Amino acid sequence: MSGLPRASDLGLVGCHVCGMVCRDVEAPDAACPRCGSSLHKRKTASYSRTWALLIAAFIFYIPANVLPIMRTVSVGDVDDNTILSGIIELWVKGSPDLAVIVFTASIVVPVLKFFALSLLLISAQRGSRWAQRQRSKLYRLVEFIGYWSMLDVFVVALLTALVQFGFFSQVEPLPGVVYFGLTVVITMLASMTFDPRLIWDGRDFDD
Amino acid sequence: MTDDKKPITDDLPEPVVRRPRVNASIVWLVPIIAALVGLSLVIHAWIEAGPTVSISFLSAEGLDPGKTVVKYKNVTIGRVTAVRLSEDRSRVIAKVALEKSAQGFATADTRFWVVRPRIGLGGVSGIDTLLSGAFIGADVGESSEPKSEFTGLENPPPVTHGAPGKTFDLHSDDLGSLDIGSPVYYRRIQVGRVSTYHLDKDGKGVTLQIFVDAPNDQFVTTSSRFWNASGVDVSLGADGLKVNTQSLATVLAGGVAFQDPPGPHDATPAQEDAAYRLFNDRATAMAPPDGEPKYIRMRFEQSLRGLAVDAPVEFLGVPFGRVVSINLDFDEKTQTFPTIVGAVVYPARLGKAHDKLVALARERGDDEQMSQMMGRLVEHGLRAQARTGNLLTGQLYIAMDFLPKAPKVAFDGTAKPLEIPTAPGDLDKIQQQIADIVGKLQKVPFDSIGKNLDQSLGELNRTLKQVNGNVLPEVTNTLKGAQQTLGTANSAFAPDAPLQQNLGGSLQELQRAARSLRVLTDYLGDHPDALLRGRRADDKLQPAPPPPAAPTQGSKP
Repeated sequence: MSGLPRASDLGLVGCHVCGMVCRDVEAPDAACPRCGSSLHKRKTASYSRTWALLIAAFIFYIPANVLPIMRTVSVGDVDDNTILSGIIELWVKGSPDLAVIVFTASIVVPVLKFFALSLLLISAQRGSRWAQRQRSKLYRLVEFIGYWSMLDVFVVALLTALVQFGFFSQVEPLPGVVYFGLTVVITMLASMTFDPRLIWDGRDFDD
Repeated sequence: MTDDKKPITDDLPEPVVRRPRVNASIVWLVPIIAALVGLSLVIHAWIEAGPTVSISFLSAEGLDPGKTVVKYKNVTIGRVTAVRLSEDRSRVIAKVALEKSAQGFATADTRFWVVRPRIGLGGVSGIDTLLSGAFIGADVGESSEPKSEFTGLENPPPVTHGAPGKTFDLHSDDLGSLDIGSPVYYRRIQVGRVSTYHLDKDGKGVTLQIFVDAPNDQFVTTSSRFWNASGVDVSLGADGLKVNTQSLATVLAGGVAFQDPPGPHDATPAQEDAAYRLFNDRATAMAPPDGEPKYIRMRFEQSLRGLAVDAPVEFLGVPFGRVVSINLDFDEKTQTFPTIVGAVVYPARLGKAHDKLVALARERGDDEQMSQMMGRLVEHGLRAQARTGNLLTGQLYIAMDFLPKAPKVAFDGTAKPLEIPTAPGDLDKIQQQIADIVGKLQKVPFDSIGKNLDQSLGELNRTLKQVNGNVLPEVTNTLKGAQQTLGTANSAFAPDAPLQQNLGGSLQELQRAARSLRVLTDYLGDHPDALLRGRRADDKLQPAPPPPAAPTQGSKP
């Protein structure tokens, strides 16, 4: 053991909420004497929770892509669009820039999140010391871009509220958007339950 | 290391130990629920998925994979998933995923057809159909034998399966604005619709099939008349402007109306598939039967501008037939171009008159043929005239009238077709008269009149110049002289002129003299004796003393 000591080495544990540093009593149900929130050296069951949420998010991502998310009715012409068909339509109908944005927000970002979180989980569980700094950067990125995937949900919600001209033009949300929203929310939860300190737990104080 | 640790830990607070919280593994409920939801979706989709059938059509027009739906009674029961060419490329095959509830449609006697967009009666829904494209209509039969490959009908089936009602055939010259689904009206209430139509085999007409729903099919009787109630019928003919419409929906979508003719008629409900003629309008449909048409010909010597095919032919004002042809002929003898007008007439339209004429002809032993009858009528002055029916448009019609003054003509009763002698129309006479007047006017020597008038005016001009130059100065001089004379006269008569004063003096003298004379006469009146005796004393000569003189007068006698 070299370098700076860690809290666990010193027998200390910090409260996540109020930041109070307490003695580590090694009890599973210790709580902060000041604010009452539970104390733990690492987020409780971070691996299993993150895995569970990630798998749930992945399951929801399938209907989110298969089911149509939005129905547009324009002058009697009913059009149900899934995420992908919407992107294709945007591309074909001459808005490739919009298509790229939607593609990034609703396909690239969620898929990236699945990969990134899985990567972080696997590498941390194996105590890998590979590219720890980059992995923690990746984690911050995942945390940060998490909610941007809600873009689709917002677009559908906005269009539904704004475009209500009866027969001439109408936008209705379809079940797909619910699953998509669930996917986004659950991946955000998953990234929240992941404890980034786990990345560093396998380190050897030599860097 | 422990040295570093100890001083810190000693001051640090002890965490509170509480009851154990829920197990962390409960979070695995989330993916389980997610899996259940996903599974339920899959199961739902699997349960909902009905049979997939393929329907072949001649053309894929209007069929859009993923969009075109299959409808039964306007309820969506499936969707076209793919359209591809058949192996021999003669047809297209549409794959249709039916819903689970529509499983019964994948049976042997189900019929499918493409409903092309058209404006229907439902207004918005009609436009909706027009814009959202065609859909596949379905009609299920009674069979339960499963089948997955169908041949789509090119036209909707005449009647949806099991609908109560009757089908009738209508024959017409053309389709007009009718279409499959166009309504059939009875007293302006929709009671049925056009189910199908097709060209007659000889191509000379159209046969429409209509379906009238029960119980209204009983109103179609053996004597019912059908007419085309579609569109706006605007006709501007010799008999004026006519606009006929049904309801606005009919104007858009077209329609057929039927009704029994007025008067006594056979009211037995018609049999299924009875055939009727579809008339163009209500008036024609309701008109009494025309009987056998006869073709006649007329030869007009004048221009027939304004006479059109279909112009009416009237017999004493009764619509009698219509013009069917107008041709120009050339007469070598007279080097003129007479117009040959052909017309179809319906003698039966004359009603009683026709019956009587026929009866009379029979009595006389004549042939009851029209030629014989016409021969007699022509003898009595029957002539055809082209008359103006509408002054606004100049439309002509053919009028058959008795003209007693008409010159006799030879009538060939055996000619085929029958040729009716003609007489120039009223307007032609007027034209002739106007031409005469114009001819006379042309004979007036406007040139020489003009020339003479011009000379006379020149003379006048010269005379006037002379008057101006010579006579007028003289006149001026004379007037000046006159003025001088008048001035002299004026001064002579002025109040201070000697003449005036002398005259005043003389008049005064004369006045005095007159007074003296009056005195004398008065005196003589009172004293006539003075003439003999001379004048008396002076005091008696006072005739006008003031009133006190009266007693003296009274005491005088």
